[in-house]
This record gives sequence, C-alpha cells and structure tokens, in this order.
Amino acid sequence: MIIQSIVFGLLALGLLLTLVRLIKGPFLPDRVVALDTMNMIIVGVIGFIALLYKNELFLDITIIYAILSFFESVVFARYMEAKHHGNR
Amino acid sequence: MEIASYIFLIIGGLFYMLGGLGVLRMPDTFNRIQAGTKATTLGSFSLMIGIFFAEPTWVLKVVVIIIFIAISNPIGSSVIARATHRSPHRPKNLVIDELKDGGDNHDAS
Repeated sequence: MIIQSIVFGLLALGLLLTLVRLIKGPFLPDRVVALDTMNMIIVGVIGFIALLYKNELFLDITIIYAILSFFESVVFARYMEAKHHGNR
Repeated sequence: MEIASYIFLIIGGLFYMLGGLGVLRMPDTFNRIQAGTKATTLGSFSLMIGIFFAEPTWVLKVVVIIIFIAISNPIGSSVIARATHRSPHRPKNLVIDELKDGGDNHDAS
C-alpha cells in the first residue's frame, strides 16, 4: 500500500510542477510543451489507476488518451506555426 | 515478480517527477522540450513494464501502449521544436542553428 502511495505522490508532484509551468509560462511554446508533458503524465496516472482497480478497461482509456494527446500536440504546433506566418 | 513490479513502478514515477521538474526549472524552451519529452518517455515505458510485471495477462495492451508512445512522443516533440523555432518567441542565444536559412533546404538535402 505504501508503494502505491509513493508512486501516486511522485506522479502528482510531476503534474503539479508542469501545471505551474503551464500557468506562468512566458510564451505560447512553453505552454504547449507543458501541456504535452502533462498529457504524458496523465497517461501514466490512468495506467496506474488500472493497476489499482485491477480493471483492464482503463488501459483502453490509456490508449485512446495517448492518441488524442498526440493529435493535440500536433494541432497546437500547427496553430503555433500558422499564427505568425499567415494561414498556410 | 511483485518486487520487480514495485521497482519498475517507482522508477517510472521518479522519471515522471523529474520530467515535471525539468519542465519547470529548465532555462529556455528547447531545454524544456528535451527534459519534458525524454524523461516522460522513459517514465511511461518503465511504468508500463511495472504494470506488466504486476498483471502478466495484460501484456497485449501494454505492448500496444509502449509501441504507440515510442512512435508518437518523438514525433510530437520534433513538431513542437520546429514550431518553436519558427515562432518569434524562440530563445535568442542559440549556439548552433542548422535551420537558419528557412529550414526547408535542410530537409531536402
């Protein structure tokens, strides 16, 4: 039980640190990087919840979340490129 | 088996925490991309291997997740780095800049 608490504490600490950078990041690229890292940490949290509840269906949610976070990163990067170079 | 699972889970959580710390504390955007992407890639690999050691019948979905993260995470970081380089807020103190002349002829060569 103490191992689960340690792992969850580490994941929550990482999530909190990226959340600070997401809020106070000076420019848009810093915020996009923080969002990408936060999505990867949430993938780990959902996989760990699957292990806690002994339920395999959470791993399906993890796969879908990973796919959606990848597309989210690509879309934000394209938005960041197109914002300052006209609409390409 | 339990011990191996616990070791991999703690390594995964530790690398996730280091990724978050790197994103918070690194000085400019490219360093943040480096820390935040590579540390979380290793962390998610290690956490998924820990889940596999705890529940060995879940091997198929764990392998799918690991392969997808290994493909998608470097592509995502590369796309974000390219967009950062083209934005006006990129770091000004670059030592070497291989994409200086527009960047497109570097891809063509």
